[in-house]
Amino acid sequence: MLDSTEEGYVTADGRQIGGVVMEMRNITLRFGGVVAIKDISFDIREGEIRAIIGPNGAGKSSMLNVISGFYNPQEGEVIYRGSKRPQMRPFQVARQGIARTFQNIALFEGMTVLDNVMTGRLNHMKASLLDQAFWWGKAQREEVANRQKAEEIIDFLEIQHIRKTPVGRLPYGLKKRVELARALVSEPSILLLDEPMAGMNVEEKEDMSRFILDVNDEYGTTIVLIEHDMGVVMDLSDRVVVMDYGKKIGDGTPTEVRSNQEVIDAYLGVAHD
Amino acid sequence: MFYREAGDFKTSYAADNQTFPIAFDRYRYYIVLLIGLGVIPFVITDYWANAILIPFLIYAIAAIGLNILTGYCGQVSLGTGGFMAVGAFTSYKLMTAFPGLDMVTITLLSGAMTAMVGVAFGLPSLRIKGFYLAVATLAAQFFLVWLFNKVPWFYNYSASGQISAPERTLFGIAVTGPNAEAWAKYLFCFAFVFVLAWIARNLTRGSIGRQWMAIRDMDIAAEIIGVNPLKAKLTAFAVSSFYVGISGALLFTVYLGAAEVGEAYGIIKSFLVLFMIIIGGLGSIFGAFAGAAFMVILPVALRNFFAGSLGWDPALATHFEFVIVGALIMFFLIVEPHGLARLWSLAKEKLRLWPFPH
Repeated sequence: MLDSTEEGYVTADGRQIGGVVMEMRNITLRFGGVVAIKDISFDIREGEIRAIIGPNGAGKSSMLNVISGFYNPQEGEVIYRGSKRPQMRPFQVARQGIARTFQNIALFEGMTVLDNVMTGRLNHMKASLLDQAFWWGKAQREEVANRQKAEEIIDFLEIQHIRKTPVGRLPYGLKKRVELARALVSEPSILLLDEPMAGMNVEEKEDMSRFILDVNDEYGTTIVLIEHDMGVVMDLSDRVVVMDYGKKIGDGTPTEVRSNQEVIDAYLGVAHD
Repeated sequence: MFYREAGDFKTSYAADNQTFPIAFDRYRYYIVLLIGLGVIPFVITDYWANAILIPFLIYAIAAIGLNILTGYCGQVSLGTGGFMAVGAFTSYKLMTAFPGLDMVTITLLSGAMTAMVGVAFGLPSLRIKGFYLAVATLAAQFFLVWLFNKVPWFYNYSASGQISAPERTLFGIAVTGPNAEAWAKYLFCFAFVFVLAWIARNLTRGSIGRQWMAIRDMDIAAEIIGVNPLKAKLTAFAVSSFYVGISGALLFTVYLGAAEVGEAYGIIKSFLVLFMIIIGGLGSIFGAFAGAAFMVILPVALRNFFAGSLGWDPALATHFEFVIVGALIMFFLIVEPHGLARLWSLAKEKLRLWPFPH
């Protein structure tokens, strides 16, 4: 196990990881009789890239949905920045600075890339309905200021050329990138990525990996990601949680997880004798 | 050749964000305004005002309103007629109770009243979606018409159950009642359309407009990035009903002069406005204008053609008119579901390249 003291730890590549941002304490989530998550605890630290892996149906996406407020667990608690988080609707969680992308892209197809990204800024826009109706003072200033931030992210993710294109016309790989832009533009403290590389070819995966590392490096964003491509996970992440059938079977650095017998069994199967 | 953005460099985000980024569009808009304000009021006749211009302007407001709710926020409503009736009856009660109140205030208050009623009937939209919401708003339509029929207080206990607009002036010029002149009524409606369309454009290009569209395109994703669905949907209902209420008030005070609720604000009105935005184009302010023009002008044009030019029996001409309007609606739904606004933007795309093919 890593030396994860209260102050954090230093990663293999020499980055300093801070204290705990979010802690999941004994989370249990049930749908009727089905137990999706069973008594799972782990923490997420400031500035790290935390991966959640596991075979299909292990409860990874459910875990992410608990973090982003879609599901409220029956038992256990989510500790965010030192205090217990009460039951919240997803939009309230978003306002606390937690952004996410979806496994199957959830963009606003009828809007342009720029509008999609600008929508991600809405928590930074406070002009009243009346200000907006007459487009005076505050509304206009705010629009321009936030446009600047949106353009910065558009620049960062290299999607300038499509900023006025309706999202519905874009190919899959670009849509994934636009979705990342929309999540990133809200300046989240934790960014949740649900299979950011699903259905991509090698080149697109490389691009996306680079963007994830750049985001973490440039903005210091804490990233929690779910991914099936083991190569990607092992290369990108600082610490990995392994889930199987709703239970946590491993937690630690990629190297530790890779040599964990339970994890190997879950992935490769084990002879029942 | 002349319609292009090349060479027209934007140096600020504010400039890039303007309503008509292409110079030619801007000039066309100014010309439309110039004709609307500088030419039409001087040449307008009673026939043109009553048959085409005033209904076009009034329905354009209703269409913009419904387009905000249905086209931008994705909440289907079949209660437009009922909400227009709320506007009409509010203005009637205000006109009769406070004879000193000016018409602009009365009309705005009618809109505000309708906004409140709209929010009340919009509450179910938080739980139900799509067809089911349409049915819920249909209930609003029938309930409101029934209410205005059933409670005599609303029509000041008149024997016929009708409401009729007394004469009211603005700056000393009659805008309602039988003595109001065509140009005064036209300008009164024009002013409302101009300001309301401008506000609608501002709202839809800003933060609240993006929240509406986010709810329309994918409500779950909208919520995850921080859109409060309750607030977004209810503001859409409020703003939309405000527009629809003003439209209903103007329809009664300026255009009809006297109205019977079931006839003037029945379910047919709801469908008429819905057809306008479907034909014009959902999610487009221009579409609301195009749809309103189409649905107002087409029947008049057909009637003139059949009964006037061909000399048919007027009754037969009216039946034919229904058939053709109905067929055209089906044609639009099949061939161009995105409406006239899409045809318009396609034409503009072509025009940008013209005379070259690519």
